Amino acid sequence: MASHAQRPRIGLRIATNGFILLWLVLAAFPFIWTLWGSFKVELDFFSISDWTNALTGKLTEETHGTPLTGAGYYGAWIQEEFWRPAINTMIVCFFVVCTSLTVGTLGGYALSRSGYRYTFWLLIIALIFRAMPPITLVAGYLLPFYEWNLWGILPTTIIVLVAINQPFTLWMLHSFFQSIPKELDESAKVDGCTQFQAFRHVIIPVMWPGVITTGLFSFLLAYNDFAVTSMLLAEENRTMVPEIAAFLGTTYTEGNVMFAVAAVVSATVPLFILVLFFQRQIVSGLTAGAVKG
Amino acid sequence: MLLFIAMPIISVVTQSLFTPHEAVFISVENCGPFGCTEETTIDQDATKSLRDEEPLGRFVGLDIYFDRGHLAIDEVSQAWQDTESLGAFFSSLGNLPFYRAMGFTLTYTFTVTPLLIILGLFIALAVNTLHSRLKGLVIFFSLLPMIVTPLIGSLILFWMIDSRGILGSLLQWMASDPNLSLKASTGLTWIMLIIYGVWHAAPFAFVVFYAGLQTLPTDQLEAAQIDGATRFQQVRYVIIPHLMPLVTFVALIQLMDNFRVFEPIVGFNAEAHATSLSWIIFNDLGGETRQLSAASTTSVITILGVAILLLPVLIRTWHDFKGKK
Repeated sequence: MASHAQRPRIGLRIATNGFILLWLVLAAFPFIWTLWGSFKVELDFFSISDWTNALTGKLTEETHGTPLTGAGYYGAWIQEEFWRPAINTMIVCFFVVCTSLTVGTLGGYALSRSGYRYTFWLLIIALIFRAMPPITLVAGYLLPFYEWNLWGILPTTIIVLVAINQPFTLWMLHSFFQSIPKELDESAKVDGCTQFQAFRHVIIPVMWPGVITTGLFSFLLAYNDFAVTSMLLAEENRTMVPEIAAFLGTTYTEGNVMFAVAAVVSATVPLFILVLFFQRQIVSGLTAGAVKG
Repeated sequence: MLLFIAMPIISVVTQSLFTPHEAVFISVENCGPFGCTEETTIDQDATKSLRDEEPLGRFVGLDIYFDRGHLAIDEVSQAWQDTESLGAFFSSLGNLPFYRAMGFTLTYTFTVTPLLIILGLFIALAVNTLHSRLKGLVIFFSLLPMIVTPLIGSLILFWMIDSRGILGSLLQWMASDPNLSLKASTGLTWIMLIIYGVWHAAPFAFVVFYAGLQTLPTDQLEAAQIDGATRFQQVRYVIIPHLMPLVTFVALIQLMDNFRVFEPIVGFNAEAHATSLSWIIFNDLGGETRQLSAASTTSVITILGVAILLLPVLIRTWHDFKGKK
């Protein structure tokens, strides 16, 4: 804010700052609370008698000798073998991101450089597909997958996730490539490049910001998906999110909610790191479609 | 893309027209020392071979669409004739699973979307007045509720509002009712899900509006100030009109996203009080009996719902595209 006249009055400033503080508490407190609570025993985290137990960890100290304990993490990662779904998640995310970026880059580039009318329809269809709940498609996948005996394994799920992700990737990369001036390829072609060479030597070096942003969002989709992975994967191939949901089914009876709490915190950490490093890209990706209109 | 998305849709539509074969019955007369009894058993082999031959099942046309689990034409017309007032009619509709889910989905969509836009706008306006060093930090924390997996986010909140969790205890203390539980009442469950929805999606609106505020030309604001506009008037007559295209964009995206509300219901364990269309599909698909055709039917109805929601936007995009040419 540049000029003095635009500075708000003191009352308003206090109000806005208070409001931001309130929002920050709303946004961040649940995560901090759960992170702190994940190092406690269940009776502290869900304290009936006194809520301050969750802060001081009175019962945790009685059980384990220290106010903070890694018992939940031990139970989740080693006893319940949470590392298996974690590895599965890594595999799924990696391949989904790679495949959808390759297809999306080529397709988005082609769409943005082609002037035909069908490109519009392709993009509209992509938009409609983006709007459909993924779960509605799962019903369609299940029967053929049973028939062909493809159900329950990772590659099928990766393909399905790529397919669901593709409209979005295509849409985003299309608008990104459109912001790269056509003159770039044209001058490359004047210099004697073929269309493919123009793409290879001129467009690829400048496309990375858009590709990274799109890649981030495909990663988030693959990482966060619950509907598809829980329906299409057999029990031993589960990724993290359906595994956590499955924890709840078994652990509520065993009284080991803390396993699920620890697993939830573990699954949130990568996202936290992601936001930390790629905040700028995420923000630009979210606004890319919007601000340009 | 066409192969993997268009094909499943076709598959869903066809499946929704079929229903599993009924078991083949055979009657056997058992004659024993105490006379003959006729026994009806399921001919396992015949049933199996029939099912293998045509895995889709038999063709029933639109029957599934109209049965009790879906549009329930008979029950609805029955209720329409029997009940006196509109209120009673709607309450009898609420007993049918499809309409109950539809009711929640629509309520959720149309309360969460405006609320999150308003909240996002306020956060964006407030953050915009901050010092630039603080902005990055605030944006970082604001992004968290949105980035986190919906299921995980709802679980985190669910544990906090558990009657033994911190927010649950706080509410009990405020209402001075030690037996208060948010999970037990339908109304409170709905409010809880809606609050979660706003919490989850407000950052998106915030980020978009915040980016829009950066493109706001300062001379317009200055002109408004010279004309004697108060701060509220500046917001109302300069900033909001400037952000209007973004509001439409956010509303569109969030309408689509909220219409498919699903994970929070699983996370909050709220199936008993609130179901959504997506949840019905999930429920039909999971479990012992995978009711593919029932799930497909709900899917088709959901897809139609999305199409209706999107129609105005599609028409507008078409006009824009024609304008460009």
